[in-house]
Amino acid sequence: MSRRRERLERPIKVLTDDLNALTSVRYLAYLLAPRVVPIVVLFAVAVLVPNPYVQRIITIAGLYGLLALSWDFLAGTTGLVSLGQALFFGVGAYSAALWNRLGADPLVGLILATLVGAALSTLLLLPCLSLRGIYFSMTTLVYPLLFARIIEATAVFGGTDGLLGIEPLPHPWIERLLILVVVVTAVFALRRMLVTDVGLVLRAVGDDDLAVRASGIAVTRYRVVAVFVAAALGAFAGAYFTHLYMVAGLSAFALDLSILPIAAAVVGGVGTLAGPVLGAFLLLPLSEAARDLGSLRIVVYSGLLVLMILWKPDGLVPYLRRRYEQVERWVDV
Amino acid sequence: MGGRVRADPREPLLRIANLSKQFGGLLALDGVSLMVPRGATVGIIGPNGSGKTTLVNVLSGFVRADSGSVRLRDVDITDRSPEDIVGFGIARTFQTARPFHKLSAVETLIVALCSGRVRGRSRGGGFGSRAATAMDLLEEVGFERDSAVPHQTAAALPQGYLRRLELARCLALDPEVIITDELFSGLSPSEIASLLPLLEKLQVRGVSLILVEHRLRELFRVAEWIVVLHDGRKVLEGSPTEIAADSDVREMYLGAEV
Repeated sequence: MSRRRERLERPIKVLTDDLNALTSVRYLAYLLAPRVVPIVVLFAVAVLVPNPYVQRIITIAGLYGLLALSWDFLAGTTGLVSLGQALFFGVGAYSAALWNRLGADPLVGLILATLVGAALSTLLLLPCLSLRGIYFSMTTLVYPLLFARIIEATAVFGGTDGLLGIEPLPHPWIERLLILVVVVTAVFALRRMLVTDVGLVLRAVGDDDLAVRASGIAVTRYRVVAVFVAAALGAFAGAYFTHLYMVAGLSAFALDLSILPIAAAVVGGVGTLAGPVLGAFLLLPLSEAARDLGSLRIVVYSGLLVLMILWKPDGLVPYLRRRYEQVERWVDV
Repeated sequence: MGGRVRADPREPLLRIANLSKQFGGLLALDGVSLMVPRGATVGIIGPNGSGKTTLVNVLSGFVRADSGSVRLRDVDITDRSPEDIVGFGIARTFQTARPFHKLSAVETLIVALCSGRVRGRSRGGGFGSRAATAMDLLEEVGFERDSAVPHQTAAALPQGYLRRLELARCLALDPEVIITDELFSGLSPSEIASLLPLLEKLQVRGVSLILVEHRLRELFRVAEWIVVLHDGRKVLEGSPTEIAADSDVREMYLGAEV
């Protein structure tokens, strides 16, 4: 006799599907826990652990989380696969440094760099947004390399030394918490956006752009909106980085910034928005812990990624969601 | 001139002149001309590879013609983009239904209702107005309003519903002309029978229909004019009874019931 695995919805999942959830504190807790608990844990660690090294890792993980979120929003909804998140990051980083040089206050500079960086990145990518296929990926892959070489070769923006002497963010607490607030807000804002009419069109574009055009919608315009939003998140991360280290250098276009977000999205679950952020908060401490291994670090890291893809190709968040909402059992057939 | 001139219901709406399109060495369309009066239903038939789908693609802007022109009323719409052509009032369906796999039927129509041609109309009704319009349209094409079907992801819908969804998408765009590409293919006779009243309703409303079909029997019931394509050329046109009596057509569709 053979057996097969059967999945059933948990009773509590069914009971909390509609307004009935409001009838019991337990139901509400069931609904809210997956959203509230991770956020509380994150902020608790950020506030309560005084170790500056841990603090710095959390902040950097937040920056990578924002990049991963930006990647996932583009790839998971509009189908534009970016191989160069470093473009958004780098443009944001240098913009922030330049605004600061022009005398902008760091917090104002952060906002300006986000907007200018997003606009600039969108303009750079505009020519390939009306094309189908791999052109977007190819272009995003090339731009960060191109900019790094140009800065290196022409010595603009401080050349290989970078732009030094940038002001830090006004207060250590802002430095510690602002990025986390932004990441969490961005996750919820994007999730909200995806259920609006504009979000529906964006998801449809990722699904079948020709059918969207047959529905009378200029696809390119919506791609521009999506790229601008994603670029804004990436540029904000870059600008933050500049004020964090008080320098904007070539490392803002580093390949790591393009690859780690994709890895984080794969680990956390592509298309889930929260997953890539979770992935970044798992991967970054891990990659730090493996720092002592020197160049072997990349081996550990790649091996882990392969295992993850083999074990849970959907990513962690879809897996955890399934476990949270369903029970599995073996039945005879 | 004084009083309002009433539009002649038979005035020419769509004028296709001398369309040609070549793919590599294949002449897919070879000087096809056609006139579709307002409110008329024209059927286009022909064997596989006769250029039917290419004609649909050129008319809807998905393929550029090499030469020739398409005019809607007095506007030259040759080689305009698909989204512009929808804006002018021509909507199409696809031979294989193209649902958005992660979206529900309602959401699919909300996407169409966001198109420039109709965007303004369902606005102003407050929150959920597009969803309400979408639901009305779905009910019109035969989705059960109170069931779960309109909210299921489109990937899970059976063929019959997908075709209706394609039609509903056209309706959402408030078109003057609807072009269908083998709307009946892959459907059971009863599913086809349930689509026919819908087409008749559109005819009554004055929408011009261009039906590219393989299923002649059902087509001849709704169309008033039939055009036969062969090797990219228009070889014959006439009323359904004339076409059905033609020996060449009978030969082309040998085995098909005419």
